[in-house]
Amino acid sequence: MTLKSKIAIIDLTKNEIRTEPISEKMRRLYLGGRGIGAHLIYNHVEPRTDPLGPGNVLVISAGILTGTMAPAASRVHFGGKSPVTNGFGSSNMGGYFGPELKFAGFEHLVIKGASPKPVYLWVHDGEIEIRDASHLWGKDTFETPQIIRDELEDEEIKVACIGLAGENQVRLANFRTGPKDSAGRTGTGCIAGSKKLKAIAVRGHQDLKLAHPKEALQYAKKVVDQIMSTKVAKAMSVDGTSFIWNVTNTSGLLEFYNGQVNKLENWRGLTIEAFEKYKTGMAGCFNCTVHCRHQFRINDGAWAGTFGEGPEYNTQTALGSFGADNWETLLVGWHLANKYGIDTTGWSNDVRGVMELYQRGIIDKEVTGGLDLSWDNANQLIPILLEQTAKKEGLGAILAEGSLGIIRELSKYSKDVEYYILHVKGLGKLGNVDRVQPSFALGIATSTRGADHLRSRPALDHYHLPEDVLKKLYGGYVSSDFRSYEGKARMVRWHELTYAVVDCIGTCKFQTVFFSPNLPAYKEWVNYLKYITGLEFTEEELFNIGERVYTLERMFNYREAGYTRKDDRIPERCIREPLKYGLPAIKGGHIDRKKFNKMLDEYYELHGWDKEGLPLPETLKRLELDEEPPYKLER
Amino acid sequence: MEKMILVDYTKCTGCRLCETVCSVMNTGACNPERSRIKIIRWEWEGLQIPTLCLQCDEPACVTVCPVKALSRNSGSGCVKLNLSLCIGCKLCMQACPFGAMSYDFIKKEMIKCEFCDGDPACVKFCETQALQFVDVSNASLRKKRSLGAQVLMAIGKSEGAL
Repeated sequence: MTLKSKIAIIDLTKNEIRTEPISEKMRRLYLGGRGIGAHLIYNHVEPRTDPLGPGNVLVISAGILTGTMAPAASRVHFGGKSPVTNGFGSSNMGGYFGPELKFAGFEHLVIKGASPKPVYLWVHDGEIEIRDASHLWGKDTFETPQIIRDELEDEEIKVACIGLAGENQVRLANFRTGPKDSAGRTGTGCIAGSKKLKAIAVRGHQDLKLAHPKEALQYAKKVVDQIMSTKVAKAMSVDGTSFIWNVTNTSGLLEFYNGQVNKLENWRGLTIEAFEKYKTGMAGCFNCTVHCRHQFRINDGAWAGTFGEGPEYNTQTALGSFGADNWETLLVGWHLANKYGIDTTGWSNDVRGVMELYQRGIIDKEVTGGLDLSWDNANQLIPILLEQTAKKEGLGAILAEGSLGIIRELSKYSKDVEYYILHVKGLGKLGNVDRVQPSFALGIATSTRGADHLRSRPALDHYHLPEDVLKKLYGGYVSSDFRSYEGKARMVRWHELTYAVVDCIGTCKFQTVFFSPNLPAYKEWVNYLKYITGLEFTEEELFNIGERVYTLERMFNYREAGYTRKDDRIPERCIREPLKYGLPAIKGGHIDRKKFNKMLDEYYELHGWDKEGLPLPETLKRLELDEEPPYKLER
Repeated sequence: MEKMILVDYTKCTGCRLCETVCSVMNTGACNPERSRIKIIRWEWEGLQIPTLCLQCDEPACVTVCPVKALSRNSGSGCVKLNLSLCIGCKLCMQACPFGAMSYDFIKKEMIKCEFCDGDPACVKFCETQALQFVDVSNASLRKKRSLGAQVLMAIGKSEGAL
C-alpha cells in the first residue's frame, strides 16, 4: 500500500537504526511530506539546540503521494532547525530521489546525532546501512552520485548529497540530486555537513499499491489534460519558469543592485530569447507532463562543454540582479553553485548586500580581501565569490555565515549594515519586487522559513481576477488590485495553508493553484487521495491540515528562535524607498507601515493568534496541537 | 492492421510517467521496476531513451521458448505471452537482444509489453508524443514527410514546416 511507507530513525552517534510505521492518526493530523516532517522536526530537535550540533536533526520527507501517478508527484522535503534562520528549516526538491525513497519503503528519514567520520546512507528495499564516505569527502555534488552508483553497481540508484559548501558548514549549503534538483533553501546541507553525512543513496523495487487503480488511472489522465489545457503549462513546457522574466522585467517588477532600482540598463543579454543559443532541450521531473527543466550546454569560451539543467526564473532574477549582463555568467554561476551545493537565492541576496556596502564605502578592499566589488565587475565576481564561499576563503568566510552572520560581522563598520542586507528571519530576499504588492510583502514577512515565495506567494494577485471569483476562492472579500491591502491577509493565509497541503501531498506547486485557478486544488487532491490511498478527506479537512502544519512551524519558530511579531517584518527598504521606475501602477510603490501593521493584525486574527503572532490556547485546542509538547518554554 | 509503438527519443523528456502508468495498468501498483517500458536516462548528456518490446517479426524470444508460451499475432503485430504455458525458464530474457523481456519479481512471472490489449497506457499519457501507437504501414511516412519538409525549407519555399 502507498500508506505502508515507514519512518526510519537513524542515530549517527549511536550507529543505531529503527523504523516506525506511520499511524492512522499521524496521517489524519499531518497527512505526509512537509506535515509529518514538521511533526518529526518539532519532536526530535532538542529544544534550543545549536543547529550545527548533534542535538539537531535532519528530516527527509517524501509526500503522501510522492512516487504515484498524481501529476508531478516528485517532491521530497529536507528540514531541521535551520542554521540560516535558527527557526524552521525546510526546502523541497523534485527529480527522482523522492519517488525512489518511497519505492525503497520509506517516506521519512530522521537523522540524529553526528558521526565522527564521513558517512553516507544506503537506503534500499526496507533496509538502511550507514557506510563509510571518507573517499567521497571533498567530491562535488556532480561526482558523488556516480561514485556511489559505481561502487554499489547499480546505475538506477538516486543520490542526494552535499558538496564542498555543506562539508565546510556554509550556512546556505543545500542538498542536491542530479544536474538540476536542489532543496535549496534554509541550509539543510549545512546540517548534514555538521553531522558528517555526505549523501543518501536510495533504490527501491517495492510497490506503491493503489486503492483504486482503474479509477486512479482514469482520473490521472483527466487531471493531466486539465493541466495541459492551461496557458501557463504550455508556456512552462517551452520556457520553464523563466517565461515570466520578460514580463516582470519590462513592468518594473524586478529589483536590481540590491533593490536600489527596479530597472536594468543592460537587460537584453538576460531575456529568454538570449537563452535560446544555450538551450538543448526540455526535461521533466518524475511523472511531470509540463517538463519545465531547461537543458543547456555552453559551446565555446572558457566554460565550453558545461552541461546542466535549469536555471529557474528565481535563479535568473537572483544571479542576474547585481550587474551580470549575459546568460553565460548566469549559467556558470548556476553550474558552480550546484557543484558546490549553495542556495543561489540566498547567496545572491547576501552578495548584493555586501556589494552595496562596498558601493557606499562602508567596507573597502581590506574587508573584501582585495576584491573590487563594483557592480560592473559582477560577471567576473560571481565565479570567484562562489568558490570563496564554498571554501570559506577570503570574503567567502563572511558570506558563508548568511545574512545574520554578515550583519553581525560587518556592523562594526556602520550601524547601517542591517539596512542593506535584505532578509526576513535571516533568510535572504528574492530578486523580485515585493513592495508594491502588500500580499507579497505579507507573504515573505510571515513565511515560516524566512523570505521566500514558495511558502505563500499569491501569484494570482497579479492576474486581476474578477472579485466574485476571488471571493469564491478565498471565502471572503479580496481586492483584485494588487496594490491594495484589502483582504490580502485572507489571501495570504489561504495560500500559505494551501501550499502546506501541496507540500504534504508531494506534488509540484507549479501544477497547482499557485499559477492559475484552473490548475488542481482541493477538489482534485480529495480525489487523488481517495483513488490512490483510499483515504477519504473533505476539502475542509485538508485545509485544516494545512493550518495545523503552518501553526506547528510557527510554534517551532517561537520555541527555537523566539520569533514573534517583531520578526514578521519586511526589509526596511521596502517601506522607505518607493520604486523609481516601472509601469504607472508600479512606479512609486512601497509598503505603508501603518497599513502593513493593520494587515498583520487581520492576518493574526484569521489564524487565531494573539497580537504577538503566537497561537492562542483555543487555537491549539481546535487544531489538536495541544497534544504536541508545549512551545512556550522557560527562558 | 499491424500496429507498433513508434518511439521518438528526441521528444522524450524523461518524466517516466509511461513507466508509472504501465505498472498501474498491469499490476495495480506504482512501481517502475514492474513496468514493461523503461526510460534509460543519460543525465549528463541530456538524453532520455525509451526502451520497450519491438514486437519483432522473427522474435528471438518466440524461437527459444521451449513450451511455445510466446507467439506472434500477425493481426495485431503483438508478441503475446501465454502465462498458463510459461514455465519461467527465462530463456526469452536471455535471447532478446533488446532487454524487452522482464521478470516480475513480485508476482514471480515473466512480463512483456502486450499493447495493453490494443490501447497502450504509456502512449495515452505521453504528452510530448515521444511514443505513438501507429499502423506499421504508415509508421515511416512521418519521417519521409519530415525529410520532404527539409527539402522544402532548403529551397526556400517554407519556414518551420517541421
